[in-house]
Amino acid sequence: MKIIKTCLTAVISSVLMFSPMAYADKWGDQFPHIKATGDIAGDCSYEEMSKKNYKGKTLKINTHAVPVIGQPTALHAEQFAKLTGAKVDVTHTPAGDLYAKAMVPFKAGQAPYDIVFGFSNFINDWKRYLAPVPKKYMNSTEMKDVTKSHIGVSSWDGTMYQYPVDGDRHYLKYRKDVIDNPEMQKKYKADTGKELRVPRTWKEYGEMAKYFNGWDWDGDGEKEYGSAEVMKKDDLMFAAFFSRSVAYAKNPRTPGGFFFDLDTMKPNINNPGFVEALGDWVEATKYVPPGGINFGLGDEIGSFGGGQTLFSFSWDDAFIAAMQDDSPIKNKVGAAPLPGADRVWNRTSNSWENQYNQAPYIVWGWAVGVAKKSKVKDMAFDYLCFFSNGANHQADLAIGNFGVNPFKNSDFDPNIYINTMGWDADIANSYTKTLLDMEKSKNRVFPLRVPGVFEFTSAVATGTSKALAGQLSPQAALDEVAKEWEAIVKRVGKKAVQDAYAVGVKMEDNKL
Amino acid sequence: MNFKQKYVFLFPGLFVLIGILIFPIIFVVRLSLSGWNSYNGLNFIGLENYIRLFTDDPRFWESFFRLSFLSVTTVILQYVIGFALAHMVWKDIKFQRFFRVLFLIPMMTTPVIMTVIWRTFFHESLGPVNDILSNFGMSPKWLTDPVLAKVTVIIVEVWQWTPFMFLLLLAGLLSLPKEPFLAAAIDGASPVRKFLYVTFPLMAPISIGAIIIRLIEASKIMDTVYVLTSGGPGTSTETSSFYIFIKGLREFQMGYAASMSFTYLIIMIISLTVIAKVLTKLMLKD
Repeated sequence: MKIIKTCLTAVISSVLMFSPMAYADKWGDQFPHIKATGDIAGDCSYEEMSKKNYKGKTLKINTHAVPVIGQPTALHAEQFAKLTGAKVDVTHTPAGDLYAKAMVPFKAGQAPYDIVFGFSNFINDWKRYLAPVPKKYMNSTEMKDVTKSHIGVSSWDGTMYQYPVDGDRHYLKYRKDVIDNPEMQKKYKADTGKELRVPRTWKEYGEMAKYFNGWDWDGDGEKEYGSAEVMKKDDLMFAAFFSRSVAYAKNPRTPGGFFFDLDTMKPNINNPGFVEALGDWVEATKYVPPGGINFGLGDEIGSFGGGQTLFSFSWDDAFIAAMQDDSPIKNKVGAAPLPGADRVWNRTSNSWENQYNQAPYIVWGWAVGVAKKSKVKDMAFDYLCFFSNGANHQADLAIGNFGVNPFKNSDFDPNIYINTMGWDADIANSYTKTLLDMEKSKNRVFPLRVPGVFEFTSAVATGTSKALAGQLSPQAALDEVAKEWEAIVKRVGKKAVQDAYAVGVKMEDNKL
Repeated sequence: MNFKQKYVFLFPGLFVLIGILIFPIIFVVRLSLSGWNSYNGLNFIGLENYIRLFTDDPRFWESFFRLSFLSVTTVILQYVIGFALAHMVWKDIKFQRFFRVLFLIPMMTTPVIMTVIWRTFFHESLGPVNDILSNFGMSPKWLTDPVLAKVTVIIVEVWQWTPFMFLLLLAGLLSLPKEPFLAAAIDGASPVRKFLYVTFPLMAPISIGAIIIRLIEASKIMDTVYVLTSGGPGTSTETSSFYIFIKGLREFQMGYAASMSFTYLIIMIISLTVIAKVLTKLMLKD
């Protein structure tokens, strides 16, 4: 009996010592952030990073403000420093200033930061100053899991300049406990004569949001509102506007450009499709929470994630925040594609087509690169590879305000969310299906990636915010934007913008 | 005697002056004649930026007039409130020292941090101001109504910088000669008359100085707008400096932003000189 016991103990001990579980526990204990999964084997795992020695070297990073992307940057910097002995300095910068904070020293031939975070659509302006991702990392286990579209997003002409750490799309988030509630459906039908369902169009979205605005529909003693949206000027509001525009203005039967007519480079931004979308958005100011017209991304996440509104759209973060353990609405929310429209503008025939249209907006998200002039490129790429290693990535995905969203093939497995995050199976399934369907869609819109991109998006933010504030009508506001876009194209050079835009159009027209 | 060595002693000061004042101005002028942006270098495009500014950019001029309104309003309010507070603690009152320190506290805080706190106060759904006002059936749109957003900016600016005015005016009051006040008292002048005919005229020189200093500072208003409203809703609180910041450091149109900065500098020098002359004429006429 004693021999059997001894043998059994020895077998169990060796299994624990050499199995991945034991390996995971070792790092999971030291780094609570990855407690749920432990370390996950890979070229940039905790185990592999602990073998590096960067003692005496300093890595300088410029990232976004806390929490969105800024918090994971700082957290992984701390972990990286602990594992490798490096000193990591992290600077936090507001979203609107990320571009210039890197661009000013780039243009002056300096590299005060080894790693710069920004948006993926900066690639055209930044690529001259960034070091291409070395082959070693291109062939890493972590990189092999990245989706094809996100490899494309991070690359220009086949060279990868941005290291994939995030993958973004805009989609609809809604309160499942309200929309799927038979009593609410009955009440809504009785009061409006219409069905309460996941909105198929922006008009339905508006009607429902207006109906559920300004009263306590979930019985928590607080007033709730219709929708939380990013409406604050210069705080990514341009992306929210494009999300609302794609349904009316991205016509699968008129290839050759969503933002511009690729042949003439005449802006489409003031065509009736975009104007209709801006009209809807102006209407939306009536069903956002008080102060909603000044909501940035952080406010949107807090508002929907905190259970204040029926709907929200834009990035994953609000949805993930709502599904966190400490959320009052965990497992009470649903994910669905962006609403569509009952008609879509045909810019070739200059007329409306009265048929249902829906188009996903692939926003791409946070991007990060290593400065060409950095003296610690190896360490910088190691940090980025570590940032998005299996264990960190899965743990980051579970935290709403981290701003890290699915971009790896393994992220679309609903079991991750069911088993490690405690999501209901139907919610996890609808979430992954929504994201996957967007990957497969043939009517997608990608962000503008042209030289001087910030001038274009800033013009959209100014024009649309004037309309939201009631300073201009939607048509007048977008006419102003179109005029500004024409001036920018002229300043930058038509050919330069056209050549860069052609790459995006090819992707939208499914030719890449 | 040969005093040529005096030039050697002048050199450090001259070097600093050239380094921190003359060179940046010359560089801004050069930059304003270029199309420096994210895709062009420091090329030479002549007066193109200035032509664009004067013929095709109403937003700059709108922001300039908005700035004029905001700075004049805030400085007048700061002057009136600052003078009242200084006058109050100039007299022998209880807790005089305590009040003198208390009134200075806003100026000693960091503007950006205080503006974040004010933004939280005025948050329309989560802030305490509307929480209290909602008990009386009111919920003003402090940050999202084009008119009220301007009022909010004014409130924050007045709160932050009235202590500066208070400090200068209190110093002025404390340095006033006693004789005119004794003479007024012997003549039986009422407190109002004493203020209008003695205190106010005697304070005129220091008032002009304080107003001009505050106008110069107020004309650079940027951090309050940046944190509180980002120039919104729409462009309703956008000031010249914030607009220049957007063009230069957001959109990276460095050349154009430089031309706006230089134009703005010239306008400010001219207008502040005129204001100083007018104030001197009005307040020091006797």
